[in-house]
Amino acid sequence: MNLETAVRGPDEAIEAPPERPVTYAPPAPVPTVRPAAATAGATGGEIVIENLDVYYGAFRAVHGVNLTIPPRAVTAIIGPSGCGKSTFLRTMNRMHELTPGARVEGSVALDGIDIYRSDVDPVQLRRVVGMVFQRPNPFPTMSIYDNVASGLRLTGRHRRSELDEIVERSLRRSALWDEVKDKLKQPGTSLSGGQQQRLCIARALSVDPEVILMDEPASALDPIATLRVEELIAELRRQYTIVIVTHNMQQASRVSDRTAFFTMGEERAGYLVEADDTVKIFTNPREQLTEDYISGRFG
Amino acid sequence: MTAGTVAVQPSIAARLTGSRVGRRRTVVDRSMRTVAMLAAFLCAAPLAAVLFYVAANGIGALNLDLITKAPRALGIGGGAANAVVGTLQMVPLAAAIAVPLGVLGAVYIAEFAGRRSARIIRFCADVLVGVPSILIGIFVFTFLVLPFKQFNGFAGAVALAVIMTPVVMRTTEESLHLVPNALREASLALGVPVWRTVLSVVLRTGLPGILTGTMLGVARAMGETAPLLFTALGSRVVNVGDFGRPMDSLPLFIYVNARQPVDALNQQAWGAAFLLLLVVLIINVAVRARSWGRRIG
Repeated sequence: MNLETAVRGPDEAIEAPPERPVTYAPPAPVPTVRPAAATAGATGGEIVIENLDVYYGAFRAVHGVNLTIPPRAVTAIIGPSGCGKSTFLRTMNRMHELTPGARVEGSVALDGIDIYRSDVDPVQLRRVVGMVFQRPNPFPTMSIYDNVASGLRLTGRHRRSELDEIVERSLRRSALWDEVKDKLKQPGTSLSGGQQQRLCIARALSVDPEVILMDEPASALDPIATLRVEELIAELRRQYTIVIVTHNMQQASRVSDRTAFFTMGEERAGYLVEADDTVKIFTNPREQLTEDYISGRFG
Repeated sequence: MTAGTVAVQPSIAARLTGSRVGRRRTVVDRSMRTVAMLAAFLCAAPLAAVLFYVAANGIGALNLDLITKAPRALGIGGGAANAVVGTLQMVPLAAAIAVPLGVLGAVYIAEFAGRRSARIIRFCADVLVGVPSILIGIFVFTFLVLPFKQFNGFAGAVALAVIMTPVVMRTTEESLHLVPNALREASLALGVPVWRTVLSVVLRTGLPGILTGTMLGVARAMGETAPLLFTALGSRVVNVGDFGRPMDSLPLFIYVNARQPVDALNQQAWGAAFLLLLVVLIINVAVRARSWGRRIG
């Protein structure tokens, strides 16, 4: 049994890619292991999507998606612009509902519970399924500390004594602590773009989600900041179910365990072409369309 | 084209320099620019003229007595304490009514209302800003003065609130529109309920703009005379706290005293005018200086 299966447990072990196209130095042992993940049996966070259609009014943006997103692993969603990647991502924490006229058909089940069931509260759902956006969006009126604490404060679930601890833990987990520990009272917007994005990741982590959705989290960042965010994803991948939308195929190949390829079909509706282990997708995809896309022939 | 019809082209040098039209255009251009510039200065000139005129006449009349002493019951002398006290009561009461109303209304049209209802409400607010203020006075007169057969300070505050509310609402709405959607999404994606997002993220981020609107509304209400003529009426007595009776205000004091055939009373009016000008000017400059420094607000 290797480390991979030891952490995940044998029953839902995903074959570790034999070799990643680009390898980082293996993540250093995470100093602050997430308590939930440390306890045995904490293997939740599987998402099963069945026959999912997403509409904006009469327009069908995403059509017929069947996809299983494994827990405690990184799933990348790639595809050309306008193929509904972001829309699809936002159905997993019901953020798409903020757009007037948006609705879904089909089911999205998180650990067996359809998140569109009438007794699922989208507000509670979003505490379990966190999100990181394309552009860093720290709250401009808040300090670095308050930004991380905001998730707890605004959801009304904090004890003052815990707050310091959670803020530090979240910032450590997002690999930002050493850079900001001496200036926690400064505004979050005083940080560089890459630091702001890691601050936003820390903010998302602070409410202890099971799943983290990332919508092109590095596309507004410079290459070095991008690298830091990718390293961070590599460190978080054993503890959270991560779904990342990216335009950047190299990024998908670097950070993800599984890759799902979307493209645009009839009447501009996005659909899932195939999903497989990342190595398989990038070396030997089943579909010709996938091969054309990853080899740069379209998109 | 046959060789015989080809006109002789003037040299390039002649074509570049020989134009009478070009010279005429330069002259017209210069003169029109000058006219436009003069017009621009004339637009700003009244402010300078008013400032200078009121300051020159009022600075000698502005003293501590004017602020602290009530008018004499008989004869001349005393000060404008009745007006100062009245303004200090009616304007805050008006703000206490108008700010919650205006901010809540702005939250509704900026965050929740459909596009059509938002447009209708916005239109009404804009029209209300333009309604002659004396009409607002008469309107309040009919339901807060007539039934009680008594001019009263409360009616005055309500009339001022009617004037302030659309100002507060529109400025607040503008500042809420400036709050990036990304912040709302960031908050909602954390599992923050909508009401908390509006309160702690949207309103908090738009706060400088809301304060700007409030202060502009206060400054506007402070200088209004017409809506008070039919409501608070004015009073020679220092009325502290009795909103059921007539109250004075600085503009009313100026209006009454400036019309008296007594030089000492005219001087008091100048002094009160200078005081009012100072306060309104300070509020305006402070508010605008704040917003110069920031993007939002």
